[in-house]
Amino acid sequence: MANAECIVEVEGLYTRFGSHVVHEDINLCVRRGEVLGLVGGSGEGKTALMREMLGLDAPTQGTVRVFGEPVLGQDLKKQQRTRNRCGVLFQKGALFSALSVYDNIALPMRELRTLDERMIRDLVMLKLKMVDIAPEHATKMPAELSGGMIKRIALARAMALDPELLFLDEPTAGLDPELSEGFVKLIQTMRRELTLTIVMATHDLETLVALADRIAVLAERRMVALGPLEEVIQTDHPFIVNYFCGERGKRTVGNCRNS
Amino acid sequence: MEPENKGSTSSIVWRHITDADGMHHLVLSGSLTLAALGQRLQLVLNDLSAFKNERDLRWDLTQLTQLDDAGVVLIWRAWGEHRPKYLQLQPDHERFFSRMEKMPPPAPQVRRSWLWPITVQGKAAFLLWEHFIGLLTLSGQLSLDIKYLASHPARIPWREISANLYRTGAQALGITALVGFLIGIVLSYLSSRQLQTYGADVFIINILGISIVRELGPMLAAILVAGRSGSSMTAQLGVMRVTEELDALTVMGIPHSLRLVLPKVMALGIAMPLVVLWTSAVALLGGMVISEIQLGLSYQFFLSKLPDSVPIANLWLGLGKGMVCGMAISLISCQFGLRIKSNTESLGDGTTNSVVTAITVVIIIDAIFAVVFSNVGLR
Repeated sequence: MANAECIVEVEGLYTRFGSHVVHEDINLCVRRGEVLGLVGGSGEGKTALMREMLGLDAPTQGTVRVFGEPVLGQDLKKQQRTRNRCGVLFQKGALFSALSVYDNIALPMRELRTLDERMIRDLVMLKLKMVDIAPEHATKMPAELSGGMIKRIALARAMALDPELLFLDEPTAGLDPELSEGFVKLIQTMRRELTLTIVMATHDLETLVALADRIAVLAERRMVALGPLEEVIQTDHPFIVNYFCGERGKRTVGNCRNS
Repeated sequence: MEPENKGSTSSIVWRHITDADGMHHLVLSGSLTLAALGQRLQLVLNDLSAFKNERDLRWDLTQLTQLDDAGVVLIWRAWGEHRPKYLQLQPDHERFFSRMEKMPPPAPQVRRSWLWPITVQGKAAFLLWEHFIGLLTLSGQLSLDIKYLASHPARIPWREISANLYRTGAQALGITALVGFLIGIVLSYLSSRQLQTYGADVFIINILGISIVRELGPMLAAILVAGRSGSSMTAQLGVMRVTEELDALTVMGIPHSLRLVLPKVMALGIAMPLVVLWTSAVALLGGMVISEIQLGLSYQFFLSKLPDSVPIANLWLGLGKGMVCGMAISLISCQFGLRIKSNTESLGDGTTNSVVTAITVVIIIDAIFAVVFSNVGLR
């Protein structure tokens, strides 16, 4: 039963790598227009879950639907249409190192084959402006860029086709606090301007608190909590207590528990 | 108000209206987004551009349900890249258009100088020189490493050497055997036909023996190993550059030449003569089988006659060639691998160039051997 309100719907999902069980019976619904933060310890399968949502890996059992359609096992044309509605920001940017910044952002637009070069040029410059990259960097190669710039350009590429659904894998990992704050602001602005649904896997508590409407916590192979921050921190689970109410957590979240 | 002109695609609708005061309005409604427009984008652009020259047209975009960057760029171009005189917008959409107005001009294209044929040649020449110097430096560094290892035998990287021996030697046995066997068959088959017409059947042993042991065995093995192991060495070092593993080794104080290059060069220097021996043996076997079938020379006769017709110097020459070629292949592959920059294109280019260069150098070495040892082992 596909829920119309769910942009991404995960049902009864199990993931096993050999004998190693990563997920057990995960159920999740990402609503239209929200930012869902995926949280979990290292190796608890945040990235694995995201890869399954993207259709890069197949779950051992269970289904993942994006825009109401199963991610895998569709005919190619339909799958392509779904993929054009999604943007992905990979952890390390995954810019094509053989292409310049300009061509990296123009690539998904060119692949559509409906836009002419002049429109592509205008759109690329718009996207670059959106992520605050000066036009003179457009001709540079990814190897010549700093980590923060790579992240921002990768975001511009993810946004190239104005997707409705955006996946962010560790959007602020590897950025210094100032840059990561800038990045959070950038995503907030984009949300205000466009109706975006965002699924975000992150370790960074500050990013999570600043951006996420709801938080899904993965621990011990299951989803132990799902809801707004205030609800999640009330959950009595060692991982949540550690994560949100540790030294760092208290500073960011404030008074973390009433009890 | 009467709609006079109505354009429609499935997503975007526009109505051309003349109101009571005789003013012309163009009201756009629906969604003007990349996803909604799809294939009809150019059509919509052409249709809307038709209104460009109506200076007093009042554009009304307040009824749009969805708008994205692509839609904004489209309508901006339909206006002729400036705001129309009369425009009504949703407050939300205002910033899209103000951003278009503030958009910086694209960076100018880099022009090619008319001297480019000369600069390209010059750069290629410099690159060749750089590689030559790089190879020289690398060999020099290796000699220093060997000197160092001679006084510190505990630091000899045995594990790496044996791993490389296995990868470049043992794992190459299958393919070199197959190719060697087939070449032996071909050579024997073609020569036996010619020799039969002169009744000189026995000389098949001389032809096969000299050509395979002295020339074909070493060359086949060297070219196959250059393609097989050379490319993998270059790619390995290249990927280590891309993933910053080389830098990690440097900061740990582990020199690349000692831990990465030296084991490869030593391993291939040891493995190549053995592979050459193997390839020659299998090729001779192939030739022997065919001479038995074609000419009726028994295996026993073939084997007993072989040492008489092929002086042993040829074997040493072949093995020596193998060793030199092996070391040259690994040196060249490592030199190219270490020069790879951290992007995928450089990785691909580096691997291709490394294999091409290694094979060329192998043939050059062969030619040098042929000239220098022209009166060794031949009667």
